[in-house]
Amino acid sequence: MMLERFALRSRGLLAGVAMSALLAVPAFAVTPADTLVEGFAFDDIISMDPGEAFELSTAEVTGNTYDLLVRLDLSDTSKVKGDLAESWTISDDGLTYTFKLKPGMKFASGNPITAADVAYSFERAIKLDKSPAFIINQFGISGDNVTEKAKAVDDTTFQFVVDKAYAPSFVLNCLSATVASVVDSKLVKEHVAAVTPSADYKWDNDFGNAWLKTGYAGSGPYKLREWRANEVVVLERNDNYNGEKAKLARVIYRFMKESSAQRLALEAGDIDVARNLEPNDLDAIAKNGDLTTTSAPKGTVYYISLNQKNANLAKPEVRQAFKYLVDYDALGSTILKGIGEIHQSFLPKGDLGAIDDNPFKLDVAKAKELLAKAGLPNGFSVTMDVRSKQPETGMAESIQQTLGQAGIKLEIIPGDGKQTLTKYRARNHDIYIGQWGQDYFDPNSNAQTFASNPDNSDAAKIKTLAWRNAWDIPDLTKQTEAALLEKDSAKRADMYKDLQKKILDTSPFVVIHQQLEVAGLRKNLKGFALGPSFDTNFVGAVSKE
Amino acid sequence: MSIVENQAVAGRGSARAVAILSALGSFLVIAVTTYLGLLAVTFFIGRVIPIDPVLAVLGDRAPTAVVERTRREMGLDLPLIEQFYIYVKSALRGDFGTSVLTTNPVMSDIRRVFPATIELATLGTIIGAVIGVPLGVLAAVRRGSLVDQIVRIIGLIGYSVPIFWLGLLGLVLFYAKLQWVAFPARLDVVYEYTFTPITGFYLLDAAMQGQWDVFYDAYRHIILPASLLGYFALAYISRMTRSFMLNEMAQEYIVAARAKGLSETRIIWGHALRNAAVPMVTVIALSYASLLEGSVLTETVFSWPGIGLYITNSLQNADMNAVLGGTIIIGSVFIAINLLSDLLYRLLDPRTKVE
Repeated sequence: MMLERFALRSRGLLAGVAMSALLAVPAFAVTPADTLVEGFAFDDIISMDPGEAFELSTAEVTGNTYDLLVRLDLSDTSKVKGDLAESWTISDDGLTYTFKLKPGMKFASGNPITAADVAYSFERAIKLDKSPAFIINQFGISGDNVTEKAKAVDDTTFQFVVDKAYAPSFVLNCLSATVASVVDSKLVKEHVAAVTPSADYKWDNDFGNAWLKTGYAGSGPYKLREWRANEVVVLERNDNYNGEKAKLARVIYRFMKESSAQRLALEAGDIDVARNLEPNDLDAIAKNGDLTTTSAPKGTVYYISLNQKNANLAKPEVRQAFKYLVDYDALGSTILKGIGEIHQSFLPKGDLGAIDDNPFKLDVAKAKELLAKAGLPNGFSVTMDVRSKQPETGMAESIQQTLGQAGIKLEIIPGDGKQTLTKYRARNHDIYIGQWGQDYFDPNSNAQTFASNPDNSDAAKIKTLAWRNAWDIPDLTKQTEAALLEKDSAKRADMYKDLQKKILDTSPFVVIHQQLEVAGLRKNLKGFALGPSFDTNFVGAVSKE
Repeated sequence: MSIVENQAVAGRGSARAVAILSALGSFLVIAVTTYLGLLAVTFFIGRVIPIDPVLAVLGDRAPTAVVERTRREMGLDLPLIEQFYIYVKSALRGDFGTSVLTTNPVMSDIRRVFPATIELATLGTIIGAVIGVPLGVLAAVRRGSLVDQIVRIIGLIGYSVPIFWLGLLGLVLFYAKLQWVAFPARLDVVYEYTFTPITGFYLLDAAMQGQWDVFYDAYRHIILPASLLGYFALAYISRMTRSFMLNEMAQEYIVAARAKGLSETRIIWGHALRNAAVPMVTVIALSYASLLEGSVLTETVFSWPGIGLYITNSLQNADMNAVLGGTIIIGSVFIAINLLSDLLYRLLDPRTKVE
């Protein structure tokens, strides 16, 4: 009996010891010395094909794994510098751009990089005609003429012919977009799938699109090893890279959706960089001795816009009044702290010609005066569609409160992101609060959407942000077009300054701030920096101590 | 044996066959109507939600011409009835189309994400049942005592505390402070290169390949989310066990057993629990099925790439192929588990045995 009991007890004891042995071993939380591990919510990725991808997270991967003819000059982002191209010339008529490639370069596969690869990259981007293709086809390039307009003259000479004498800065800036990334044509051609031509797609093959969605055929400092949706993106150093080799052997992006989980993992040392931090987690990280934070303004502006189909909102004085009814200072020091900088003009800082004077402040008296002039001294009721996430919700609540001070009753309609956007795109909103990220690093990208609206009818072919708000602006549209053709960069910059002032004064857009991208990182990281755009968040220079 | 007896046996035999066939038939009818209903409801929800599916494929920045072309490619310009017909036809072939978000066929996505959820749910249910049943028994036997109150409170907390919050709390305590468990994911990054999953059940795969370090690492990743799910299962299982046990303890056969002089342990664990076990099978099966649906919040907090996270993410992005495919697979599993628990019920319960 005694023995039995003892046996029982010791069995329990043993089980207890085993349990605690299994649980209580402290984690040895250090990431491998040759690997950069980032916690990153990359659920927007839908394709890794540079000819198709147009999402922000993909831009970062493409920027690190592919090369371009020319690339944004990070020391002065109003210019570009050669990447694969050693030099380039522009013909006197401003139509023909001739690029000379650097000699002896190789893709990650070992295949040589030639002008034919560049030509094939343009051809497939245009013929696939996916979301980002317009960045190149806006130069009068179509599937029918692309092999003529973008062609290899010899192994190291590539020629690009545009249809108008555009500002060279505009053309070159567009060629620095990820859609112009150069793919390994030999490798891609091994993976093309046959397609039956149809009215919508005239070509007999998919130019390797199906394969490149998850495959890789580039020459950047890193090569893409694997992408598993909502799990992981793995990059490996490309030893064939023609520039300075990446310092670390691997970069692993781990999918982590939650800011708080990212912070915990960063504190514990399981990740080196946390990429999606909310202000309170960012604060905690800034106070931690082992960690630090970094940030960079991105080309994304947040704004509210007033639908001109609403009779009250269409009054010029009301448009103006709204600009005085946002408490910019309070927003900047609270919910936008660390994640946004107050910025009221539509061109983000860093663009050619961007102005950064913020003329508006919260001024309820002035707004009331304007409302009285518009015949609405007692205000009115109006709705705002707001996606249920931060910072939009917080901003909307603050604006609701300040509008109330002038007698405007704002009803917030919360919704899922895609849902509010669907409504906005159909012009069924009163007020929309949203963000706009520029498509390519050139002032025309935002000018075209904020300051031009070629056709305000419901059946319009081109639907800019001005169109979405039914803002009919023939004069500004012409001015935006004219700025595209100005060869002198300084004059071109002045034209955009003028456009921004007019938009500030008269538009139904109340631009509030420019997004700051933030990251929390461990202090042993060296050389980690966020770039001015999502495709310039380079990781090649990162090393560990 | 006389002829009369023979006929009687044959008659019993065919009656049993008829019973089985009619049970099977009614099950088939139920399954088919459930499926069709599921297909119709998911399809129409997918079409009436105020989200443009093209937006999901192309994002906000695509030019108008590309949007129009994609709309035609997706067949969204066809009449609704025709879209539904095409949808049912391909769904019946097991083809749910391609996921917009991952670019893979939906079926191959589900094959990838479902094991993660099954692994988590199985472990969670085991934890919940192994702890929940004895707790429930204890609470029933000592009804009204301190033990009963404690079990009640444990159950109430399990019912009422948001799993999201409890998950974060668990992470802060067991991961950040105590470092007993590993960080939110299925494996550490170092194994990204050395470990190739076969079945998708990491614990099983690691054990099969004899990679015990991987097994231990996977264990350290799964134990916290599984315990959390286990806790929620436990809350339900212990309450149900308690009420089944109370019911059994009030039966006359218990009084008879006591009168025979059997030990209380024998009566409780040998007699009452044995009978209570029959309905418990259904309870445990149902709680397993509900965990299999994917605990979205748990999967979000723990970056667990399971089916709950997959469907939610797809839903938010109006990726209807993935949502519909996932819903139908989960529906099938739910129906299958129900059927299985029904069979088990018959097997365990002497009264439902045919002869």
